[in-house]
Amino acid sequence: MSHVVSPIRETLVSGGKSYHDVTNDICKQVEGEPTKEWKIAFGVSCLVFAYGAYCLGYTWWQGIGVWGLNKTVGWAWDITNFVWWVGIGHAGTLISAVLLLFRQKWRTSINRSAEAMTIFAVLCAASFILAHMGRPWLFHWALPLPNTFGSLWVNFNSPLVWDVFAISTYLSVSLVFWYLGLVPDLATIRDRAQTKASKFWYGAFSLGWNGSAKTWARYEYVSLILAGISTPLVLSVHTIVSMDFATSVIPGWHTTIFPPYFVAGAIFSGFAMVQSLLLITRVVFKLEDYITIEHIEMMNIIVTVTGSIVGIAYLTEFFIAWYSGVEYESYCFINRATGPYWWAYWMMMTCNVISPQLFWFKKIRQSILVSFILSVVVNVGMWFERFVIIVSSLHRDYLPSSWAMFTPTMYDIGDYIFSFGLFFTLFFLFAKFLPVINMFEVKSVMRGVSTNFPAKKKSSGDKSKETVH
Amino acid sequence: MDSTERYLVGVFDDDEEVLHAVTEVKNSGVKIEEVYTPFPIHGLDVAIGHPRTRIPIAAFLFGCLGLTCIFSLINYTMVFDWPMIIGGKDFFALPDWIPVSFEGTVLFTAFGMVGTFLVSNSLWPGKQPRTFDLRSTDDRFIMAVNMANNKKTEAEIESILRASGAIEVNVKQF
Repeated sequence: MSHVVSPIRETLVSGGKSYHDVTNDICKQVEGEPTKEWKIAFGVSCLVFAYGAYCLGYTWWQGIGVWGLNKTVGWAWDITNFVWWVGIGHAGTLISAVLLLFRQKWRTSINRSAEAMTIFAVLCAASFILAHMGRPWLFHWALPLPNTFGSLWVNFNSPLVWDVFAISTYLSVSLVFWYLGLVPDLATIRDRAQTKASKFWYGAFSLGWNGSAKTWARYEYVSLILAGISTPLVLSVHTIVSMDFATSVIPGWHTTIFPPYFVAGAIFSGFAMVQSLLLITRVVFKLEDYITIEHIEMMNIIVTVTGSIVGIAYLTEFFIAWYSGVEYESYCFINRATGPYWWAYWMMMTCNVISPQLFWFKKIRQSILVSFILSVVVNVGMWFERFVIIVSSLHRDYLPSSWAMFTPTMYDIGDYIFSFGLFFTLFFLFAKFLPVINMFEVKSVMRGVSTNFPAKKKSSGDKSKETVH
Repeated sequence: MDSTERYLVGVFDDDEEVLHAVTEVKNSGVKIEEVYTPFPIHGLDVAIGHPRTRIPIAAFLFGCLGLTCIFSLINYTMVFDWPMIIGGKDFFALPDWIPVSFEGTVLFTAFGMVGTFLVSNSLWPGKQPRTFDLRSTDDRFIMAVNMANNKKTEAEIESILRASGAIEVNVKQF
């Protein structure tokens, strides 16, 4: 437990908090009446959700003919939105698993909401998977079940089937990881609960947690192993999503760079989304002492690194298209940058490659307003990246007579709005009823990194530096 | 039941202190039943003398089970039950099976391990925990000494607990 922390490290929890202060600060949101801001925000997201649900319901009822797809462009907003949401859904597990393995203590303030965001984002992604099937009630045909025509099974050689397994495993394992992390904090709320309802509900969901040393020892092993298996899992998910494209023979898709390129893009957009949400959450819930400028800066650094990887991938694609000597491949890329969808391409380039480079300046990295704007810009750019990859590779195929453009209908847009409604409705519910910051993990890293840790504890902390475990 | 269990409960307010106290109290010849803390303290379970957890072994076995199950399913469906020629590949197209086999392994490992964890700590929805002190999930570190397992008198144990840094010593009966 003894943390020997370099004095040059920035503090992770400011304001001289004691353990009890952490409990109070975080539980306050859960225990108090919902604020007016929360009610307004929740009401708006419910309205958005309702409108989106109408559009999605209509899509399901009528079929995907209501979308703007045509014979040439058979995938457009549906798969763009799917890949975009799955990408965003990578940050949570990455923060809690990869940063746990690398012993990055700054993860403790942000992992809970990032994991929640992951789960909601994957649910949004799943809504597009179901919708794009056209007959969502037959989704079980993608599972290895013996069908009614005899025992014809799914094709395990197909990346689309890999994707079914990857996404469902990722969703369920992330859910388990998140819930297990919540259990000790739910027990804290249970033990403070005043009302009968909260005693019952938090009591039921905290599974009778008592925080015994034996439980914690096992718990830490479980977290470590979950982190260990979630790390390759999270990388495999977007790798497999990229293989949906890369194993086809469409110019612009058939490239071996796709798996690392997609994974980097996923981390990039996921961290940007976490950044957007946290910058709002920390203000609304007054968590500035827990989500500090240090946290924001760390996130910005990761956004810059992954953004640069994505930038290199864009350039590599272009180079290989020329170097390979395949004229179809070259045409695809020239068409992307200069064809009818040039604006989408340059939107992507500006938002994803140029804008994160601003974070090289410390002033910009530490500015809350600029961080927020850039985090939104990055996600706009990442949406366009997927749109460019999907639509610009399809819309001018081998036969010029079948070249076409894609125009979204109100149902394309409405289904996208649905995913936002779903995402924010779930996020606001989470923010009200569950602790948005992992209390026990913050407490466990406070001694080494908190400013003004109450005087008495500081002395005992110094004493115990001799016994490093 | 009339047989009640009687505990002496030492309350500590610092994680470093309770870790040292466990060794001190044990050296004074007192058997500690368990220590309850609001967050994990590394080395505490070792200091109390709990055996090392076998959860990693369970996780490994569940992983092996998952790999076997999913691989057998793929092999049965793709090679034996309804073989299909896909892209001119072998029926036994091993490289193509890696992604699904991997996902299956992860799925079984995660659920099997977490299930084992819940069962071994007897955690289930709606369970009422035996609570020594409500503050043990907030900011207090609770050392529980079962009087049935100790020969020393309560007064002796109380003074040992206080000497090792307990700020309160309470009696709790179940």
